[in-house]
Amino acid sequence: MSPAGPRQGRVGPLAAHPGESPALDVDALIDDPQTRIIVCCGSGGVGKTTTSAALALRAAERGRKVVVLTIDPARRLAQSMGIEELDNTPRPVADVDATAGGSLDAMMLDMKSTFDEVVLSQATPEKAKAILENPFYIVLSTSFAGTQEYMAMEKLGQIHADAQERGTYDLIVVDTPPSRSALDFLDAPERLSSFLDGRFIRLMLAPAKGPAKLMTAGLGLVTGALTKVLGAQVLTDLQTFVAALDTVFGGFRARAQRTYALLQAPGTAFVVVAAPEPDALREAAYFVERLNGDRMPLAGLVVNRASPEPRGKLSAEEALAAAERIEARGSAGATGELTAGLLRLHADRMRTLAREAALRARFTAAHPGVATAVVPALASDVHDLRGLRRVGELLARR
Amino acid sequence: MSSDWPRVRLHVVTGKGGTGKTTVAASLALALASQGKNVLVCEVEGRQGLARMFDVDPLPYAETLIATGLRTGPDGAGTRPGTVHALHIDPESALLEYLAMYYRLGRAGKALDRFGVIEFATTIAPGVRDVLLTGKVFEAVQRNSRNKGAIQYDAVVLDAPPTGRITQFLNVSDELAGLAKVGPIKSQADTMMTLFRSPRTAVHLVTVLEEMPVQETADGIEELRAAGLPVGGVIVNLVRPRDLPDDALALAAAGKLDKEAVRAELDAVGVSTTKTLVDGLAAEARDHAERRALEESQRALVDQLGVPTYELERLAGGIDLGGLYDLAATLRDQGLA
Repeated sequence: MSPAGPRQGRVGPLAAHPGESPALDVDALIDDPQTRIIVCCGSGGVGKTTTSAALALRAAERGRKVVVLTIDPARRLAQSMGIEELDNTPRPVADVDATAGGSLDAMMLDMKSTFDEVVLSQATPEKAKAILENPFYIVLSTSFAGTQEYMAMEKLGQIHADAQERGTYDLIVVDTPPSRSALDFLDAPERLSSFLDGRFIRLMLAPAKGPAKLMTAGLGLVTGALTKVLGAQVLTDLQTFVAALDTVFGGFRARAQRTYALLQAPGTAFVVVAAPEPDALREAAYFVERLNGDRMPLAGLVVNRASPEPRGKLSAEEALAAAERIEARGSAGATGELTAGLLRLHADRMRTLAREAALRARFTAAHPGVATAVVPALASDVHDLRGLRRVGELLARR
Repeated sequence: MSSDWPRVRLHVVTGKGGTGKTTVAASLALALASQGKNVLVCEVEGRQGLARMFDVDPLPYAETLIATGLRTGPDGAGTRPGTVHALHIDPESALLEYLAMYYRLGRAGKALDRFGVIEFATTIAPGVRDVLLTGKVFEAVQRNSRNKGAIQYDAVVLDAPPTGRITQFLNVSDELAGLAKVGPIKSQADTMMTLFRSPRTAVHLVTVLEEMPVQETADGIEELRAAGLPVGGVIVNLVRPRDLPDDALALAAAGKLDKEAVRAELDAVGVSTTKTLVDGLAAEARDHAERRALEESQRALVDQLGVPTYELERLAGGIDLGGLYDLAATLRDQGLA
């Protein structure tokens, strides 16, 4: 625990002092022309989409040519940026202040069309058609948990390559899905490889490639068991699917590895987003460790929705005791009732602050040196550019 | 107070991330147990949130007794309290158990694992993961003779995936429709759907009084209804305390609190006041009033959803086991359990 524990007067998350964790310099990050990609990750409900959009808007209004890519199916970014419809193509966001020479485009990931594009680019037209029409492919490309994360990275790779070639953007901000699987893209190349080289593929391809040679006793057992459990029709569909995909898998693997390398490159910065809640900070710790383990460049932690620090110095205990003294006098009257209410409100806030400070201190103790920006909770929801600008200012405030 | 959902055997608890889905699932399980029911609470997302909530070791793939309900009744010793078991469902274990229960595969079962089939089915094969998870939940609700010696539960509570995914998660037959039009998997999925669509199931949605969670709740209800899945109640979580009377709220919002009177009141009970302190209290009140106004506007939207609503207060110190029992009592008093 830090020596500055939750004491009155400096308990607020906003009272982070230099010895605890370095401040995340958001403006330095987004102004640096070397920063080409910012990936925001974190658990659900912590304001990740808002943070990505606010970072993108701020960067754009400070002169960067920015595109923000969201993959959140709730279309929250669409709402927060006042755009009715987002699809797989970046669209310019209206009312962005372009006086500094920057611009902002936004797009929503369409998982299925991204997947389709990859298949079309990797396979011959007949083969691509066979894959696109296979029932397994249709389900895989629309609902498989993990496809979304992987396709987001695929799209990131595409936009990045495009931007390199045509100079369309000099900064890409990526939002990630709200789950632990948000880091699935880190595993995608490896998972794909182990799948490709695995026995399962060989098993599925065996009948097509010459059963006589490969049909060992074990294989026969497995095929028999699968037929029993799945039914013969499903097994046939599955075999067709795997056989069709087999030819394009090599391309998939190469692309996945390129994207992985891109994420590790110096121009990329990961921003972990959290809220001062036990679950969100635990997830944030997991992300930080995971990113370090994979040698991914971590820029820092953003703690959203922090309770604002109160101005007056009055502890929760003192406030409650005073409220009780007022109420104990019996006929408190309207002013008495009001004052007691104010004191209880204050006590509640002080207790919340103490809890948040303890949670953050725990995170910092385990992960010292992670640059942190703390954004106080706003009284109202963010759903327009004005709100995003305000969040951007709060993010950059040091 | 009697329960609004007496016929429900399967309580599915969903909600947007960060709204306290696991907290509500755990409290609901305790609330049901306090009425003498034997309850199983399941989690399916591998987060071990229940273990943390109940302060026990990480849960295995085995029904584990983690709590007993409160003793209730007029004399405090009336109803015999029920129990809460918890189960952490992972797709691998669920698949192996399913195969063992329904197919005598013997050596072939081991071969499936060796050939990477289990891994394929649980990680890569589309839609299968969800079906395995819901399949186990179904089995726990509708126990049959294949699972020998298993506990018969009066109710099962599922800490389910978030609102955005819940319809897809429960709608197993649609998810599999493209894959298996006939065969054993198809008929299994159909049996499960019969339970999920029946009045013995209720899908409860947890929200907080903020714009996006309320919007997602409304969208979620619409999707559930479109899929023919029974919508339960909406649990409004983390409601701010109401320490200020309404007229004071209005004044605070307008910045018109009588600070001098407040200061005099504080002085009278021995609080050493400064201008900063009194201004600070007024600023906190204004901030609070603004949030309360936002909450009220969202509450109006929740009321329009046309489903029973329940309300849980925000606990400043966070949730611990004691807090869970308090929340359970609140849910029971309001009729969710």
